[in-house]
Amino acid sequence: MSESLIEESILSRPTYGTLAIAPGLAHYFVADASGAECVIRVAQAAPKGFMEKVHILYVPTPGENALITALYALGAKRFEHFPTIDDAIARLGDWLADAKMGSQLYLAGTEGLIGQAVAKGEECGLDHTAVQCEHRGSLARRVQCVHCKTMIEKVTTQPVKCPSCDLLLLVRDHYSRRLAAFQGVCINAEDPTEEVEIREVFK
Amino acid sequence: MSASDHLIPVVVSKVVEVNSIIKRFEFKHIHGNELPAFSGGAHIVVEMLDGSTKRKNAYSLMSSPFERGQYAISVRRDDDGRGGSKFMHEKVEAGMKMNISAPVNLFSLDLRARKHLMIAGGIGITPFIAQMAQASELGAPFELHYAARTAAQAAYMDSLQDRFGDNVTCYCDDAGGGPDLAELLSDQPLGTHVYVCGPKGMIEAVVKTATDLGWPAAHIHFEHFLSPPVGQAFSVHLAKAGIDIAVGPEQSLLEAIEASGTPVNCLCRGGACGQCETRVVTCDGDIAHNDHWLDDDQRASKQFIMPCVSRFRGERLELDL
Repeated sequence: MSESLIEESILSRPTYGTLAIAPGLAHYFVADASGAECVIRVAQAAPKGFMEKVHILYVPTPGENALITALYALGAKRFEHFPTIDDAIARLGDWLADAKMGSQLYLAGTEGLIGQAVAKGEECGLDHTAVQCEHRGSLARRVQCVHCKTMIEKVTTQPVKCPSCDLLLLVRDHYSRRLAAFQGVCINAEDPTEEVEIREVFK
Repeated sequence: MSASDHLIPVVVSKVVEVNSIIKRFEFKHIHGNELPAFSGGAHIVVEMLDGSTKRKNAYSLMSSPFERGQYAISVRRDDDGRGGSKFMHEKVEAGMKMNISAPVNLFSLDLRARKHLMIAGGIGITPFIAQMAQASELGAPFELHYAARTAAQAAYMDSLQDRFGDNVTCYCDDAGGGPDLAELLSDQPLGTHVYVCGPKGMIEAVVKTATDLGWPAAHIHFEHFLSPPVGQAFSVHLAKAGIDIAVGPEQSLLEAIEASGTPVNCLCRGGACGQCETRVVTCDGDIAHNDHWLDDDQRASKQFIMPCVSRFRGERLELDL
């Protein structure tokens, strides 16, 4: 099992825990391929009758089927899978629009998925204490260019070049919960000719 | 420093007998000035000068927060209490001058809520009357479930149903009892906040049911009735002031400290806000912790006391005041 390797940083940088069943009337899980093992672990340890209250959304890695089969076999009340995180998050919004108080949200996988699902939950009126997150997989970051507001997905390098305005961005630990993104700020604003080495740091 | 240090002079503009146990009192500023703004759920402290006894009791404001010309409170007569409600019922008449504190709110609506679910028991209805006026003016969805012992004791039930229609559901013990809490709390849209004010058992039942169903603590709001219990007289040593004071059977420790001229912080006077938390220097005896503020460890340590509602029985109590 690959545990999360997020280092402690400033307060704004989210840290994640380990999914555990909380009291609730309905339990919503959202996971990508790296987080599927967490959903399976929770479901296998769950008390009898739990799966009847469970709704699972899954974003598989393209071409992968084994985990879809494994998650389907858990016997949740609802199980749907979508090719992209955006599609799954939109579906989560549909589900939560009809949800009742007493709902719990469990998120497992990469930070992009977790962050966007947290923001969607909040938008739907879910209290942050009803949301649990477990990080798995890549440390690639979702970054907002603070200058042109472009969202850059799966950033692994420090700095990163904004694909929209071409500025070279320092990826900060400063995280926006509302945007579910780390802030990318121009690293050589005073002297744009300054060369900065680009290294892969978010693996 | 406390809210009740800056009292507002008011005149009792109206006294209405709502039913056999409840009276409504309306106050206007003595010079006709606008009274301070407040939000639904706020309370004021009413100063009662009853001969040589000075009492200060907190009552929820029930008038509309959008009406600044006057305040209204309702007082349930409690013949076994410390005498404050009895004083209000027997001695206070229209035209009388009194002092009240500015409003303080420890039970406000969470304006992020998608829906406000209000559960009232008995005289616990009063803060909700102001909150409903606020929610309905703001266009926020709300629902009141109001339980009383008998229809005759259910203050304002009819007028609330007239004013707020289907948003109000009433229950009487003599006609089938209160709401089915598990059913009610299982069927609320995401983002609902629940508010409960009423007898202790009702508050505990709502908090427990909601928590067991998975409601986050931040969505559960409650207000206990704010009234210090009566008890046996006792004496206390105030270490910094270097004096001994006597607390009468119907007096609160806070009132006795105030009467001695010793400065002490306070706000709600009902064991909820935490302002009057006081360090205990010596305690040879038992503290009756009647507050909703200290946690179990703090209580067991005998190192803290909330003078507004808690009492003492034993040999010696010495406070850091």
